[in-house]
Amino acid sequence: MAAVTFENVSKTYDGKVSVVDNLNLRVKEGEFLSMLGPSGSGKTTCLMMLAGFETATSGEIYLGERPISRVAPQRRNIGMVFQNYALFPHMTVAENLAFPLRVRNISKADIAPKVKRALEMVELAHLGDRLPAQLSGGQQQRVAVARALVFDPNLVLMDEPLGALDKQLREQMQYEIKRIHDRLGLTVVYVTHDQSEALTMSDTVAIFNFGKIQQLATPDEIYETPCNSFVAQFIGENNMFSGTICERGDGVCKVRLANGDQVHALTVTDAPVGATTLLSLRPERIRIDPPAADGWTITTGEVIEQIYVGDHLRVLVRVFGGHEFVVKVQNRSAGNGLTPGQKIRLGWRASDCRALDAAAGQAGAA
Amino acid sequence: MMSGTIANVRPPAAQLDGAKRRQVLRQYRRSQRRDSLRALALVAPLCVFLAVMFGWPLATMLTRAVSNDDFGAVLHRTSASLAEWDGTGTPSERVYADFAADLRQARDEQTMGQVTSALNFEWTGARSLLMRTVRQLSSEPENGWKEKLIETAPDWGNPDLWILIKRLAQPYTSRHFLAALDLEQAADGSIQGVGPEKAIYVTLFWRTLWVSAAVAGLCLVLGYPLATLLARLPLKTSNLLMMLVLLPFWTSLLVRTTSWMVLLQDNGVINSMLVWLGLVSDGNRLSLIFNVTGTLIAMTHVLLPFMILPLYSVMKSIPPSYVRAALSLGASPVTAFWQVYLPQTIPGVLAGTLMVFVLAVGYYITPALVGGQSGQLISNIIAYHMQQSLNWGLAGALGSLLLVGVLLVYWLFNRLTGGQGLRMG
Repeated sequence: MAAVTFENVSKTYDGKVSVVDNLNLRVKEGEFLSMLGPSGSGKTTCLMMLAGFETATSGEIYLGERPISRVAPQRRNIGMVFQNYALFPHMTVAENLAFPLRVRNISKADIAPKVKRALEMVELAHLGDRLPAQLSGGQQQRVAVARALVFDPNLVLMDEPLGALDKQLREQMQYEIKRIHDRLGLTVVYVTHDQSEALTMSDTVAIFNFGKIQQLATPDEIYETPCNSFVAQFIGENNMFSGTICERGDGVCKVRLANGDQVHALTVTDAPVGATTLLSLRPERIRIDPPAADGWTITTGEVIEQIYVGDHLRVLVRVFGGHEFVVKVQNRSAGNGLTPGQKIRLGWRASDCRALDAAAGQAGAA
Repeated sequence: MMSGTIANVRPPAAQLDGAKRRQVLRQYRRSQRRDSLRALALVAPLCVFLAVMFGWPLATMLTRAVSNDDFGAVLHRTSASLAEWDGTGTPSERVYADFAADLRQARDEQTMGQVTSALNFEWTGARSLLMRTVRQLSSEPENGWKEKLIETAPDWGNPDLWILIKRLAQPYTSRHFLAALDLEQAADGSIQGVGPEKAIYVTLFWRTLWVSAAVAGLCLVLGYPLATLLARLPLKTSNLLMMLVLLPFWTSLLVRTTSWMVLLQDNGVINSMLVWLGLVSDGNRLSLIFNVTGTLIAMTHVLLPFMILPLYSVMKSIPPSYVRAALSLGASPVTAFWQVYLPQTIPGVLAGTLMVFVLAVGYYITPALVGGQSGQLISNIIAYHMQQSLNWGLAGALGSLLLVGVLLVYWLFNRLTGGQGLRMG
């Protein structure tokens, strides 16, 4: 059963530009769905429409079976964690947590144990009497999560909740939020612009651009099989190079590059023969000195530079008469003997090279 | 690295041995001293200006409220010999002789006025009494001054008058403060209320307080919704509206007050409108001006920006996500306002209310112009004593009481804001 359904939802602020453009989305019960995209891609607007702070220009949003366009935010029973936590500064932590219960006219006797349980869940039981300003950023974040959960909402929305934390704390909180989600079986819609956050936490990731969902898939599918050039460029690192389709076969195609070289690629785009295509190739899929095997594309290149990152080395290689490829090489032993100017053999599985639509980031590519 | 490890590494770096530490400390102090000297130099001009233009006049007025120098200086011989008098019966012959000598000198040096006016405030008929007495001073008496003076005017045989003179001759006096509180010192030294026909200041103080409180209240009621609106609107619109708030602020106070006269008088715009609409009969036009009503309306208008500005600056700093969070947690918009928004605007409410109240307490021009008789405030009577009756001592006392009142209110507000002081912007 779907917990949330967006049905042909559009939103425009000025009648000209659609911030959200005819969006359809189903979030399953108990699912952790991330909305990921650059700023201005419509993800936050979607969240705000779901919370009730923005109204859709057209279309309908359902919470379960219930259309909620005409339901006021306070009647939606949706928990929300805000970007800057929005903890009420004049109330103690315990009062903040009691607030949603108090406005629901729950008796004092019932409020106290619920607040206690929520604080224990985020391991802050000893800080109930503090004011938010007396807490660290990470503690405030936990209180915000606890407050959004204390009234047992049907759905929890999180609007870049970890944006203000430093990296270490952010990773720890990602884990904690995920743990709470698993334990309580919550449905979570999570907005972020941090792709590693989306990939590590989510069951499903929706990649937003230009008010449309570019791809809706599990994190590994998003990374392994991006369906268009925007997703390929947005998620992770990619070597992108363009060419012309000169032959289309069964799932594979042959692409002629600018210097005349021809490479095989997995056909993702439905462009016809003769059309331009953008090829994408993950840096970690390129091998130096590859084994001669069927289905491999082999070429030669010239090492431009080598960058030491720690757990891996980034080798910049010039191939196909001008393209600069990044090749990630695992740091297995100190030094690999590559020097700038050196000619090397490179290779990759033809299926790792994906022929996508020509223009990166174009709307309607999905 | 774990934070515990970092903490263990740190102390050795921070610990310096004796000589080195003293040197570092000395360098630190020297660098601090340079900073504080520069800061002092920057505020020095303002401090000098404030001391000369504000601190000094204030101190002068405050000392005037208690000082009695003039009287005692003119009658210096008398006050010296009166010091030995125990206050029972009439003073000795020496006192009368010294008094005659003092008066003669005062007549020659034309400083009689200072004695006359001070005595006249307290002793009915003192002016003519002194005039008559001075005329008798030319010839030496046969049986001493005491007999001659009492012969001239029986008042000189009244111990109460001498008690009064003894009191007035002291360098400091409480009579101005007593007068400012509608009290007086009776001849026997006890403090009593003045007669109801002379009691005006306490009434005026109370009126000033309630009018100021009412103006502050009205400004809050009118200003709060407007400030909320301004804080929520997009910057472009709110800037335009803020301009409209500030425009009257930049207009001359006199012009604004005068335009209220045009609007509020019996044949003014508002009354004519009400009559025309049939809400008020022609014979029963509302008296909106030259009374307390006029003072309230005009002062509220003049002081409104002082409420809106601190409110606006506080509200602007409250992110809209608080109210959104309250709504998402299930609070109705009304609950969200009362329990989440309003408590956070309290610093602005207090700052605005205090500012309006304090300004209103000392307001002078507007009540003078539109207040009529019943709309006069304490500052108007202070101005009267400064400019018309020239009783600067009483003016100083009234002003000091006003100052103390304002400081008390300020202290109270500071307590209310939890000792954080005011947030004006």
